Amino acid sequence: MDAILLQVLNGLDKGSAYALIALGLTLIFGTLGVVNFAHGALFMIGAFCAVTLSRILSFSFEVLDETQKDFLGNPLKVKTPYVESWFGPEVGASIIDWAVPLAILFSIPIMVAFGFIMERGLIKHFYKRPHADQILVTFGLAIVLQEVIKYFYGANPIPTPAPDAFKGSFDFGLLIGFAENAIIYPYWRMIYFVFSLLVIGGVFAFLQFTTFGMVVRAGMADRETVGLLGINIDRRFTIMFGVAAAVAGLAGVMYTPINSPNYHMGMDFLVLSFVVVVVGGMGSLPGAVLAGFMLGILESFASMNQIKSIIPGIDQIIIYLIAIIILLTRPRGLMGRKGVMEE
Amino acid sequence: MFGLSKTDTRFLLIVICLTLATPILLQPFPEGSGLAQFNAGYPDLMQRFAIFGIFAIGFNILFGLTGYLSFGHAAFLGVGSYSVVWMYKLLDYNVLWGLPLAIVVSGVFALLIGIVSLRRTGIYFSILTLAFAQMMFVISYSDLLGRFVGTSITNGETGLQVYTSDPQVLLGATEPNVPHLFGIVMRENFWQPNIGGWEFTFNNGYYFCAVIAILAFYLSLRIFRSPFGMMLRAIKTNQTRLNYTGLNTRPYTMAAFVISGMYAGLAGGLLAAMDPLAGAERMQWTASGEVVLMTILGGAGTLMGPVLGAGFIKYFENIFSKINDNVLHGWFAWMPDGLEDFIVTILHPFVGKGWHLTLGILFMLVVIFLPGGLVEGGSRIMHFIKRDRKAKGRDPEHHPEHIAYVAEKEEF
Amino acid sequence: MSKTNITRRGLLKTSAVAGAGLALPTIFTSGASAYTNEPGAGSVTLGFNVPQTGPYADEGADELRAYELAVEHLNGGGDGGMIPTFSSKTLDGTGILGRKVEFVTGDTQTKSDAARASAKSMIEKDGAIMITGGSSSGVAIAVQGLCQEAGVIFMAGLTHSNDTTGKDRKANGFRHFFNGYMSGAALAPVLANRYGTDRKAYHLTADYTWGWTQQESIANSTEAMGWETVNNVLTPLASTDFSSYIAPVLNSGADVLVLNHYGGNMVNSLTNAVQFGLRDKEVNGKNFEIVVPLYSRLMARGAGENVKGILGSTNWHWSLQDEGSKAFVKSFGTKYGFPPSQAAHTVYCQTLLYADACNRAGTFNPCGVGEALAGYEFSGLGNGDVLYRADDHQCFKDVLVVQGKENPTSEFDVLEVVEVTPRAQVEYPPNHPMFGGDEASLGTCNAG
Repeated sequence: MDAILLQVLNGLDKGSAYALIALGLTLIFGTLGVVNFAHGALFMIGAFCAVTLSRILSFSFEVLDETQKDFLGNPLKVKTPYVESWFGPEVGASIIDWAVPLAILFSIPIMVAFGFIMERGLIKHFYKRPHADQILVTFGLAIVLQEVIKYFYGANPIPTPAPDAFKGSFDFGLLIGFAENAIIYPYWRMIYFVFSLLVIGGVFAFLQFTTFGMVVRAGMADRETVGLLGINIDRRFTIMFGVAAAVAGLAGVMYTPINSPNYHMGMDFLVLSFVVVVVGGMGSLPGAVLAGFMLGILESFASMNQIKSIIPGIDQIIIYLIAIIILLTRPRGLMGRKGVMEE
Repeated sequence: MFGLSKTDTRFLLIVICLTLATPILLQPFPEGSGLAQFNAGYPDLMQRFAIFGIFAIGFNILFGLTGYLSFGHAAFLGVGSYSVVWMYKLLDYNVLWGLPLAIVVSGVFALLIGIVSLRRTGIYFSILTLAFAQMMFVISYSDLLGRFVGTSITNGETGLQVYTSDPQVLLGATEPNVPHLFGIVMRENFWQPNIGGWEFTFNNGYYFCAVIAILAFYLSLRIFRSPFGMMLRAIKTNQTRLNYTGLNTRPYTMAAFVISGMYAGLAGGLLAAMDPLAGAERMQWTASGEVVLMTILGGAGTLMGPVLGAGFIKYFENIFSKINDNVLHGWFAWMPDGLEDFIVTILHPFVGKGWHLTLGILFMLVVIFLPGGLVEGGSRIMHFIKRDRKAKGRDPEHHPEHIAYVAEKEEF
Repeated sequence: MSKTNITRRGLLKTSAVAGAGLALPTIFTSGASAYTNEPGAGSVTLGFNVPQTGPYADEGADELRAYELAVEHLNGGGDGGMIPTFSSKTLDGTGILGRKVEFVTGDTQTKSDAARASAKSMIEKDGAIMITGGSSSGVAIAVQGLCQEAGVIFMAGLTHSNDTTGKDRKANGFRHFFNGYMSGAALAPVLANRYGTDRKAYHLTADYTWGWTQQESIANSTEAMGWETVNNVLTPLASTDFSSYIAPVLNSGADVLVLNHYGGNMVNSLTNAVQFGLRDKEVNGKNFEIVVPLYSRLMARGAGENVKGILGSTNWHWSLQDEGSKAFVKSFGTKYGFPPSQAAHTVYCQTLLYADACNRAGTFNPCGVGEALAGYEFSGLGNGDVLYRADDHQCFKDVLVVQGKENPTSEFDVLEVVEVTPRAQVEYPPNHPMFGGDEASLGTCNAG
């Protein structure tokens, strides 16, 4: 029982990342009808916003320390971040420590601007083109983005830890009456889960309860008619692209303490996020979120030792197996609409 | 001739000539000159051009004609390779046993996967094929199958290879212990002339692949021109309408899927016939994606496009990744020092470890400016030359001719 | 490239091949040269095949730096690096056998297929006489196989799987790097010493050949010390989030977690394990411990503070104080501004060893070079007295047990050496069951 509960928690956490990426991807599919292979790259760019901010905050000046030697035997250059010399070592250190949460604010304008530029500069010209062309151009863009990041940040993962206050884990099991050490869960993963719920809720509320959102939803259902009503639907869709980019970026920012970001993390998520979106059903936002959490949980279950001992290696193929089963029993995924991306 | 129209025959003959002359055409720069770096006329790369050309031609029969975008075609490539290497292990190094088996086995796999995947269309079909291929990839990468059987089936990430302890029941005493066809060793060059500084390599393996590639191309040409090909195009244009006329389209799409799967299997088999090792990575989604890119880049639905696309990508992978700063300095050594360093610094991110970047940029440029792929670029140039040469000013009121979208095009 | 003109003899020979087939086919060569890519009088070309794209790109870049340094030193440039400290004195700055050393580079992409394609192009197009490099065992084994078939020498780069010089050993292939067995043999006594002999270990293992062989080695040698292996869980290579594998560890009764992961996998699984607070826990009345058997400093940086105090093994570390290491660090550090990694060290050694073997053999013929390398004893390359064993072409040398440093003084100062395990302790017979047993054989050398 406790093992199952533990994997549910793990699954919710994994699912959060899947759901956030899939949500953004579906926003772009649903509004613009564009297959965005660069969406994983947006996730990665978001993560590197956090890395960049932490680099900016720990921008340092160097002082030669004659008492210590570096690896060549020369005097050691001791680095002191500017923020530490400005605000005192303690405040400075805690500012650097909080780089990841601060990066949320830092990344939103960057990602939205990035989304605008991408949509206006490139994607706009591909609305009328076949999906194959969209795939090629966005895939090309994804490669370019990832190579640019690699050029500046290298190929190795870059540690971007959570603030000290959120390090470590707490005993969730004790709270609900299990034995000690039965259900241990890290604070930051809890935060990630709650954060993703907030973002998802925010996006849904925005679409559901604002006039802007209503128009966008109407546009998703029937773009032409909304356009005929004299509404500039294109501009709104551009904004939605910015929102989708920001959602992917935020997912990336918050993901950095869980796993150190590297330049190909976007590609690692790309295929998976497409599977999630399609399993959820093309063009369905609730479907994408539901599929994200569902696949996350099932993946976690499949990696349980008890299950692996029955079917070795099941954890490697589970996502694809589930995708096949769902697509065969439900032709348009969990909640897909008829006629979207079926031709 | 060959059951083809006059233009098609001419086209085929041109393709045959180009293919056979590849070792010369790809070696435009003399050995020892700075530009020799761009020469691609060495056996391994030429073989790859032919093999991936076959792969892309086959993929095009499915994607270019029916519009079904399979994202898991690399799985058949892998299956083909494994079949051939297993024949090496069990029988002997003659490629004759493995290649037909590769085609048959990949055909069976394509049939099984097709039965399931073709129940859906559009992106749902793509994801189904992707899912099957990824499953096959992880199964071979971790040799999960071998874990059930007890003996290694795919030999994990190292790749399946032949050991001296393998049975090889047909292996004769004087038989070569590298892939061969009745003693014609694939790796060997039958002629390596050096003519005035130009060095050409005529390789057995390449010509073996080239002959098969020509046959594959001919077959695809026949399919394109046949009523069956017409039917596939109709499916692409409007499948629903076809269904309304009472036609069951499934057998047609299935046939196209299986045929293109067999092409992929043949290509995979040839890979193993040139180099007796089957790595699991050739089944990964990136490999499936690569053939999609090859086809779109070259021009989906055109006959020659996919081959061009395949050559383009393989050329970058093998030639650009080998240019390092040393080479760059060698090229620009004639410049003044400061300028030389400047140019090398500018070019540095785009070559060597940056070859992905160059490829990504080129993908974008091609798809933005040449919607029909490389073939479109070629036909635009042809158009330009033709218009220049004749009929300038004739019929000034004439509206631009309707340029058919890639899928509707017949020629190149 | 061998240069042959059209001759009647050549044509006749080809038809003979076509007709009857030869027992030992000439593969990349034609009749004119005695072996594959016999170099001319002026220069000799080496092929450096390293990952330049993909997750190990930084490691590949570091290898490439070391190769360029080695070539510079061989050609008489720079301060000579380890050449003066090397026990063999045949290297005099005039290249190899009087020929200037040139090199070509390629990208393995850390894929067997791509690596072989790249190596083939070096052999076929650029006339490379020796291929070296790589940052994973799958690639090393694949390229080693190719070099054996093609008739050139392969000097492995970073490859830690037992198989490279075990069941997949080849006469033309040589490995300087240590292996899984040695890691186990070196680590186990230190672990027993630190954590006691009554421990229960939980293994997480990357699900591919390197992971399997390392897990087997570590489990064997720790069990010999009295540890118990509670469980071994195989994790998919593609996984980025190890939470679902790590979460059940605490509840399994184990008090040590062994992470048989490398590169990005290692960074993520270690980060996740620390996140789950494993190291703050007590199980069975003992502090819970984590072990990372194969450390790479370059990669360990990605795990940041999480590596502190965690034990592992490594082939070489820049903080070593012997003359060879000091000379290498100085030479590398002066040129590039940071200390070399173990990958850089091993490939630098391999290049020097190859050059020296050619000089001693007096030929570039792979069979001659192989003979000169096999059973060769040397020192002064940073690992003490080293033996290139003739039976399997594996180097035997001291192994470093390291741990993550508590108070690093710079970004390179990630690991500290805990113990230098003497060579005798990590030796094993060539027909050890983990290395293919009696069946494994080098085969015969192939000169093309």
